[in-house]
Parts: sequence; structure tokens; C-alpha cells
Amino acid sequence: MRSGALLLLLALVSARLFGQVGSAGLIERARELDGLQVEFVGEAIGESMRRGNHVWLNLLDGGGAIGIWVKRGDMPIVVYFGSAAARGDTLRVRGIFHRSCPEHGGDLDIHASALEVIARGELKPETLHVGRMALAAGLLLAAGAVFLSWRRKLKARARA
Amino acid sequence: MFAKPRLHDLRLICSYTGKVLIGVGLLMALPLLTALAFGEWAAAVDFLVGLGAALLAGCLLAWLGVGEGRPSWIHGMVTAAISWLAAMAVAAVPYWLSGHYLSYLDCMFDVMSGLTTTGLTLIQDLDHVSISLNTWRGLLTFVGGQGIIVLALAFLSSAGGGGYPLYVGEAKDEKLFPSVLHTAKTIWKISLIYLVVGTSTFWVVGMAIGLSPLRALLHGLWVYLAAWSTGGFAPMSQNILYYHSLGYEVVTLLFFVSGSFNFALHHAVWRGDRKEMFRNIETVSFAGSLAALTVIACWGLMRLGVYPGAVAVFRKGFYHLISGHTTTGFMTVYSRQLVLEWGEVALLALILAMLLGGSACSTAGGFKALRVGVLWKAIVQETRRLLKPGSAVFAQRFHYLGSRILGEAQVRSAALVVLMYLAIFALATLVGSLCGYPLLQAAFEAASVSGNVGLSVGVTSAAMPAVLKATYIFNMWAGRLEFMAVLALFGFIAATMRRRGVA
Repeated sequence: MRSGALLLLLALVSARLFGQVGSAGLIERARELDGLQVEFVGEAIGESMRRGNHVWLNLLDGGGAIGIWVKRGDMPIVVYFGSAAARGDTLRVRGIFHRSCPEHGGDLDIHASALEVIARGELKPETLHVGRMALAAGLLLAAGAVFLSWRRKLKARARA
Repeated sequence: MFAKPRLHDLRLICSYTGKVLIGVGLLMALPLLTALAFGEWAAAVDFLVGLGAALLAGCLLAWLGVGEGRPSWIHGMVTAAISWLAAMAVAAVPYWLSGHYLSYLDCMFDVMSGLTTTGLTLIQDLDHVSISLNTWRGLLTFVGGQGIIVLALAFLSSAGGGGYPLYVGEAKDEKLFPSVLHTAKTIWKISLIYLVVGTSTFWVVGMAIGLSPLRALLHGLWVYLAAWSTGGFAPMSQNILYYHSLGYEVVTLLFFVSGSFNFALHHAVWRGDRKEMFRNIETVSFAGSLAALTVIACWGLMRLGVYPGAVAVFRKGFYHLISGHTTTGFMTVYSRQLVLEWGEVALLALILAMLLGGSACSTAGGFKALRVGVLWKAIVQETRRLLKPGSAVFAQRFHYLGSRILGEAQVRSAALVVLMYLAIFALATLVGSLCGYPLLQAAFEAASVSGNVGLSVGVTSAAMPAVLKATYIFNMWAGRLEFMAVLALFGFIAATMRRRGVA
């Protein structure tokens, strides 16, 4: 997990050094960057969606997620997509940025000319908190006791 | 002024609030089962803690209020107002334990946003949220849309006719049947039938646009829950933009527009009275304002050349306009794009649409089309009165589940509610401005919270000041309950304090 995080950090640092643009920059400077070749690095999230000969992919960095439109043939193998269970693979995309894409109904997107995996994601270990389990048991037992007392009180009222 | 609240009054309020909390607790069983089904063990424990806390709080309150008879109007109103706050506090427990929030206030903000079908969120890292937590988010929106009191009445209470004040306290005054229990159950029946139809439709469309069958089903369920409830929560941070699909957008639109219609209208259409759709003052008023505001928004977008071509202008402009007007809040652009690109004209059109809102007795918020229609008719009536001789007598009619004559009481009631909406809108705008946000952005976000919409220009974030979060929570709550219950609660508290002071 540490190596993955280190790779992601390296990718983000190199992105700053080599003039890559983050999602916040793409949104804030959309008019300036519209129609230009950009490079963007982010984590693959959700899943890829096939549309004919192309694929939609959403890449997330610190500022948000950006839609990537890529030819099926140019799509690398993504092992992990970001979810609750996994940190997704980190990909670098180069392509034309569209502030409002004429092909996709005005969506802000990147049409990829090159897409590569630069860091493999991983499954996230799940941590069970013993304290929370004990708390849950205590709360449920207490609720059960009050519930029984409530029912008894109701029955006593009904009899009276 | 209210009479001095007695112990009996407090016990009665405790009794019904307790039942609502038990309902919220039992509702957590659904995400708990989801967590178990998908092997999300840590999340399952979180929901067990939440369930235990809700049941304990609910049973304690119910225990305190045993055998206190039927609620009066004031009990119903105060219970409705308090129940929503209590539900917010306990439903936030799984959010807090999930680790996706920076503070408990943020968790409560998101619960209130869900329950009131607003859809603004302060969640962190939404794209990595568990399946069960997304289910909880969707359920809160769905239940809040129909009404948590309606839920408790339908499934947990034997209040029968005595439950009507509770039902009205939740801003639902439409009686489809003489029995409020029957009405509550019918509202749930309508919603559950749509749930099956809606989720199935989203599932099929989801698979057609490339989602895997399981994700298409889960996303279909979550997006349906948000669409029908005019909620606006989506499972991914890009909201509906994540899907990059016109087809998916159209299906969301169909369901959120349906959700914004009056349950009585759904009921009338189901009984075969389809003409009601085209004659009802709410649908006519909604269609009129939607058309006018769409033209204004699209003109604003075209003037600035925001989108390439008329089709894209209409797709983006109309979708967001109708999403705002139905108080849904689904988006296919980034929040900041609204500020940076859309321009003042389109944003003002959106603000107006958000304030006007959907239909009364629906899942939508805002002024409501019925009130807008009634006020419009009142203006027409006054104009006619001015133009005719002083001795002329005439009645202004309108169609709302039958032909009705416009009465002074109706106009006064509609005007008062609209005035109160404007007051909380002004309050949130003022607080937003005082917190340092530009006026237009503060007004946009204020309209969004006051109308329970969920569109955002980016003001709403975990970084905003706590005072603004609290103001937004208040506005969402007051706007959803349409003020009566909130005013009753304030009056109840004031009466309690005053008497104590005198004593």
C-alpha cells in the first residue's frame, strides 16, 4: 500500500514539474485550455463504459474527476478501479481537452490520444473495530431492555 | 399564544417522536443487510451501532410517552418539527462512523440534505464510498421525499384519524382518502410501484451504456431513489456527468419530473382521469414557468457562446433548468462551470426556477406550482376587478382536482408561505455574503437550500463556515416542512419559556 501511495505521489509531483494540469486547473482554466493538447493524471474510478469502438473512463485526482474518451484499442488493461474496496490504478492521459465537447453534448472531457497505467492500484484492507462491535451490542441490548419495559408499560395501561 | 404546555403534551410528543426514531432505526436494517450481502463487514458494524442508537433513543422516548392519547394540531406540528431534527441526529451515526466526513455537523448536514431531498453534500471522497453507505444515502432521500412521518404512520402507528395533524405537520395536506392511514399507505404504494419500474428502467439503460449488470442495478437503484425523490444525490462525485449519456439523462429527467408531481395527480391519473394532467393548475403553472425560464437560460447561454450549437445549449440549459425547477439538483456540469461560464442571466433563471419549485404534496420543494398558480390567478382577478365597474361581482375559477373558486384564505395562505420562503432565502443569502461569498453565488446557494434543490455553484463544501452550514440546515428543514411545523415549534418553546418565567 505504501509503494502504491509513493508511486501516486511521484506521478502527481512529476505532473507539477512537467506542466500537467489537474482537474481543478482544467475546470478553472477551461476557456484558456479549450482545444489544446493536455496531460492529465488520475485514478481510474467506477468502471470503464464501452460505447461502440470507444470507451468512457473517469479519472479522479485531488480536485475532481474528468471523463476520458478513448478508442478501445488504446485502452490499457486496468486491474483496479477506485471503489470502497480498492484504490484504482493511476493512469496518465494525453489528449485534446474540450471545455464543451461538440461531439458529446457540451460535456467537459478529454479525447485521449495516449493512455497508460503508471501505477497499479490495490485492494484496501478492511479494519473491524472491536470497540464499535461492543458498542453496537451494548446499544442493542439496552434498546431491547427498554423495548420490553415499554411493552409491559403499554399492557399495564391497557389493563388499567 | 399557546396554552402552557403540560407534561401530557411533552409525553405525547415524545411518544410519536420515539416511533419515528424507531422507524429510522428499522430503516437502517436495509443498508445493514446490503453491507452483509456485499461483505462490507466494517460498514455492517457501523450500521449496527446506528441501528442500536436509533432504537434505544426511539424506545426511550416511546417509553416516556406511553398512553397519552391522540395528538391535537399543535402536538402534530411540534412532533413533525422535532422528529425531523431527532431523525437527523440519529441517522448521521453511520455517516460519522464511515470516516467520510470531517465533523458530525457535516454528517447532520448531509442527513438533512438527504431527508429534505435537497442533495447538497459535504461528503469526502464520494467515489470510494461503500455500497451500503450509498444505499443509506438513497434511502434517506427516498423516505424523506415521501415523508418520515408518513412512513411511521403507514407502517408503525395505529394513530388512524388522529394522525392527520402529524401528516399535515410534514407539509402534506392532500387526503387521497378519508383515512390518513389509507392515504399514507397509498403514497407509499405509488412510490414503491415506481421504485420497481424506475430501477428496472435504469438497470436496462445502465447496461446499454456500458455498466456491468451489478453496477447498473446498484446505480439504477440509487439514481432512481434520488430522481423520484427529486433528491439529487448520485453515487459518483461527477453526479450524472459520470455516465456521459444522453439516454441516462433523459431517464433521470422522466423520473424526477414524475416525482415532482402531486401524489393526488398521480392518483387521479392512475384512476383513469388523464385530462387532469393538462387542466391542473399546478401542471399548467409549472409548464408555463419552465418554458419561460428555459428560454431565458438558453438565451443567456447562447449570448455568451457557452456551448457549441443549439442542441448542446438546450441539452445543458434545459436539463439544469428542469433539474432546478423540479428541485432535483442533478447536474451534468461541474459546479464551478456555472460560475465561470454560465453568466448572470442563466444563473438568475436557475435561481428563479429553484425558488418556484415543483408541485404541492410531492417530493419537490420551493414555493410550489399550486401557490404560484393561485397567486397568478389572484393577480388576474385583481386586474379584472380594476377594469370592471365597482358593482360587478365575479368569481375567479381554477382547476385543481376539480373546478374550484379562488378564495381569499387560499390567496393569503399562498402569499404567506411564499413570503416566508423569501425570508429564509434572504437570510441564507445574507449569511453567505457575510461569510465572504459573492452576492450572486450566495443567492444561488441560498435558493438551492431554501427550495430543497441541490444545484451548487461550489459554495457548499466542508470548508465553509459552521455558521453557514447551520443556516443551510435550518433552511432545508424549514423549507421542507413549509414553516407551519417550525413556527409551531418556536411558539411551543416560547410558551414554555414564558410561563416558566412568570412562575
